[in-house]
Amino acid sequence: MGTGTGLGRVRGLGSAKHGGAHWVLHRMTAVGNLLLLPWLLISLVRLPTYDYTTVTTWLAQPMAAVPMMLLVISVFWHFRIGLQVVIEDYVHEEGTKFASLTALTFYTLGTGAFALFAIAKIALTGTPN
Amino acid sequence: MAQNRARPLSPHLTIWKWGANMAASIIHRVTGTGMATVGVLVLTWWLVAAATGQESYDYFLGWAKHPLGQLVLIGLSWAFFQHLGSGLRHFVLDVGAGYELNTNRFWARATFVFGVVMTAALWGYLLFVKG
Ligand code: HEM
Ligand code: HEM
Repeated sequence: MGTGTGLGRVRGLGSAKHGGAHWVLHRMTAVGNLLLLPWLLISLVRLPTYDYTTVTTWLAQPMAAVPMMLLVISVFWHFRIGLQVVIEDYVHEEGTKFASLTALTFYTLGTGAFALFAIAKIALTGTPN
Repeated sequence: MAQNRARPLSPHLTIWKWGANMAASIIHRVTGTGMATVGVLVLTWWLVAAATGQESYDYFLGWAKHPLGQLVLIGLSWAFFQHLGSGLRHFVLDVGAGYELNTNRFWARATFVFGVVMTAALWGYLLFVKG
């Protein structure tokens, strides 16, 4: 630990070691979620039924597919940062922490890729009937 | 990275008592983690099933309409409204406002009322009005 200024001495401490940028991004994605999730909820409540044709016809529209893709990006980014905070709070051993954060990244990118691909496929290949 | 094992890191759970504000804080973490795991898997399953075809979508729908599936969906919607409420509270706390004991406790309690009322309203509408 340095013997410099007060700020210099505390930098890099805490469970995450750094994280100001994460903190801001977490709030930005929270605002994104705040806009997009109520949109999804209201859209779903307004659908007459939840069968295959109704849902895919709805999701194939650009005005549904694009916000849905933005939603996946915002929500997945938000929870990726959020779960990192949780892991850093509970997993203190460096090796296990690294493994946990790697697993988290794979989980986020894996599910995110499937979700985005699914929306793109529905939107770009049109409705079944 | 140097690591001083003696330095306390959260959570430090030895001396505490229940209160609305700490409950709101913990529930924010629990609902966020729940949505990030169960919620994200359900959302991804729904989208991939819809992109795969009628048959896999109907399989998803069968589970979603099953009483157990409904329980999961009700739980997720509660987690969402609760997290939304305590997330909004977070924005206020983040700018340094709302720390007076009574104000803090009031808004912590309000998040729980909001979470339960909104969940009841949503499912009351879905199950009994829309049918
Ligand atoms: C209504 C939209 C949402 C808002 C306003 C919101 C807001 C927030 C805020 C402000 C935080 C930071 C709390 C802190 O620093 O302690 C947070 C944390 C978190 N959020 Fe959200 N969020 C929303 C939706 C979601 C969704 C949909 C998920 C999961 C899929 C999620 C998962 C998480 C997780 C895992 C954390 C970390 C919890 C912790 O560190 O204790 N959030 N959220
Ligand atoms: C599973 C339950 C809990 C979780 C996930 C949790 C999580 C956290 C987190 C993430 C912090 C911030 C730590 C930091 O700034 O690095 C914190 C701080 C704090 N928690 Fe908890 N906590 C829990 C239970 C409790 C309980 C039961 C109490 C007692 C009522 C408590 C009292 C505090 C206090 C007083 C602080 C502020 C400490 C400080 O000023 O540095 N927590 N907690």
